[in-house]
Amino acid sequence: MFLVPDAVVRFFHRMASPPHFYAFTERLMPWLTVIFTLLIVAGLYGGLYLAPADYQQGDSYRIIYIHVPAAWMSLFIYVVMAITGGIGLIWRMKLAEVILISSAPIGASFTFLALVTGSLWGKPMWGAWWVWDARLTSELILLFLYLGVIGLYGAIDDKRSASRAVAILALVGVVNIPIIHYSVEWWNTLHQGPTVTKMDKPSIHVSMLTPLLLMALAFKVYYVIAMMLRAQVELLQRERNSQWAKAKALEEGGL
Amino acid sequence: MKPARKQRLLLISLMVAGAGLATAFALKSFNDNLMYFFPPKDVVEGKAPKDALFRLGGMVVNGSVERPGNGMTVRFKLTDYEKEVMVEYTGILPDLFREGQGIVAHGRLNPQGVFVAEEVLAKHDENYMPPEVKASLKQPETPTTGQAQ
Repeated sequence: MFLVPDAVVRFFHRMASPPHFYAFTERLMPWLTVIFTLLIVAGLYGGLYLAPADYQQGDSYRIIYIHVPAAWMSLFIYVVMAITGGIGLIWRMKLAEVILISSAPIGASFTFLALVTGSLWGKPMWGAWWVWDARLTSELILLFLYLGVIGLYGAIDDKRSASRAVAILALVGVVNIPIIHYSVEWWNTLHQGPTVTKMDKPSIHVSMLTPLLLMALAFKVYYVIAMMLRAQVELLQRERNSQWAKAKALEEGGL
Repeated sequence: MKPARKQRLLLISLMVAGAGLATAFALKSFNDNLMYFFPPKDVVEGKAPKDALFRLGGMVVNGSVERPGNGMTVRFKLTDYEKEVMVEYTGILPDLFREGQGIVAHGRLNPQGVFVAEEVLAKHDENYMPPEVKASLKQPETPTTGQAQ
């Protein structure tokens, strides 16, 4: 704690207060929307139009621009959930609980997207919609973990204790993340090895890599936008008896 | 950090470490079942199941693909650069099937040691590049001068 600059500590303390966080997200939203739009347009234009066709797969490989960023996000969001789960359990911080549960449906959607796009690509390229190899199976387990988090949270009425339960589930499930990442190296799988996230130089031509990284950034920003919108609703629901939430609701013309 | 928080941090770290350890042991004991396919080396050395269906993965040996008869039967050799196994398959091959390509075949060994496949899947590698780059990789020493045609 003593190594962190004072300003950063103050920033986090302020962010931990729901009205401050709410106001902060509202101020950030237009900027994020602009950045997201620029990134997604550039990424899609680069990926679907500028990037050359692959020497073996032709144009079919272009699904990589959705599949790979979605798969990365599915892992990233779960790690975010585990970290916020830990913070929520240790410091009993309300905002961490809200971020955890607001992230779950977004992570589940990205996981589903990765599985579906992979399946659509797998049929013509591999010759099968689905195989039970280590990569595909562990990614499917990740989807079930996400659904488990959403279901468990919905099943418990008291949202503070529900948050504690899902935080433990998220923390235990995090062992699946390195398994997904290394599955293609530890075992013989039909799924190919890593292209970009390896120590070596990426085995993808730079003209194809640039749009892929742009898409990955766009998906990250999209996650932040979607998570903040969900967190706003969750905060208003949880704090519905507090002064600031009532004022907010009046301002928005609700009630 | 307050003692209560420190204790919770310790508990959570222990829980995650315990879950990780348990998973590691479980995966270690299931290691063989998690292998999606056997390499040709294991098949030649007799480690693959004798009378059961299993999957065989390897590279299609260059120049080994032949079509005996006029039907849809294909014969080719699979290699892991150590040993080779002959594979026979009747049916439609996936788009990516070609010589030098990684393949996973599902089937069983016949008494002659030929692997009779019921299904052939193509394993894509992690390389993506435009056709021109691939062409220049094939001829690394393309003469740049004096090639007027």
